[in-house]
Amino acid sequence: MHAEEKMTLEKWPASPEKQTLEAKNKFLGFWLFLGGETVLFASLFATYLALKDKVPGPDHALAKDLFEIPLAFLMTMLLLTSSITSVYAMYHMKNFEFKKMQLWLGITVALGLAFLGCEIYEFYHYVHHYGHTFTSSAFGSAFYTLVGFHGAHVVFGLAWIITLMVRNAKRGLSLYNAPKFYVASLYWHFIDVVWVFIFSVVYLMGMVG
Amino acid sequence: MENNQTNTGNATVDIAYRRKKNAEEMRHQVITFTLMIFLTIVAFVAVGAGMSGWFTVPFILLLAAVQVAFQLYYFMHMSHKGHEAPALFLYSGLLVGLITILAFVTIVWW
Repeated sequence: MHAEEKMTLEKWPASPEKQTLEAKNKFLGFWLFLGGETVLFASLFATYLALKDKVPGPDHALAKDLFEIPLAFLMTMLLLTSSITSVYAMYHMKNFEFKKMQLWLGITVALGLAFLGCEIYEFYHYVHHYGHTFTSSAFGSAFYTLVGFHGAHVVFGLAWIITLMVRNAKRGLSLYNAPKFYVASLYWHFIDVVWVFIFSVVYLMGMVG
Repeated sequence: MENNQTNTGNATVDIAYRRKKNAEEMRHQVITFTLMIFLTIVAFVAVGAGMSGWFTVPFILLLAAVQVAFQLYYFMHMSHKGHEAPALFLYSGLLVGLITILAFVTIVWW
């Protein structure tokens, strides 16, 4: 069975994401990349923890002045929900239901965009109401680097998923593109993994003081 | 390819069986998701209630660790077979990462 073969429900294997050699290599390489991403984000978290609330003067806003529960909660719910919708998309992929997979990936993208909108509003709010910018303090630099890096991952993940959806819209599922969808969904889950630590370490611990 | 198929020789039976298995797994995923939402709400409530930081900080970090384990093992399928290499990569990354955090935090706080 080769990757470009026209697929039918009867021929569709149980693990379509790992049938070809290319798919297996993609899977392994991608997890190696995620191991590297873990180190990247850990060093950004370390920097943030070291520089939290390090501001040049008493008139600068601290973490507990900036963060608010409702917005952080809304953003967390949006991203968490987008994780289960992408699980649902992969469930349809395994069942060889291309249209439903595209639909649930579309919902995932919509939730991701909503998250991004909240984040843009949040940064705008911090800059204009608190003067909390990238260059205003070491705290600001560390905060925007960590949260901004995560936001950049969301942007990249959305671009990736949208590109896959558009490129394969008329092709349908094959053993060539199934691993591509699978790896993109892994990336999306990893973004959520990082966010779990961001909302806990940055927002919740920031509000505790 | 054959070794990965559930082969009864009857394609319709195989498809029905696999769909049932997939649906069952999806149900477990939804349960995991419900638990994750619940843990998130508990963490936010713990902070919103304004309890002492000595309790809240370790508590929300514990909830975060549980939630990440759910993500990795269920949503990202690390509980499935054939994930030895991913586990090695991820835990190696985590080890280096945790040492980095420990080093930075001890330098600054002590």
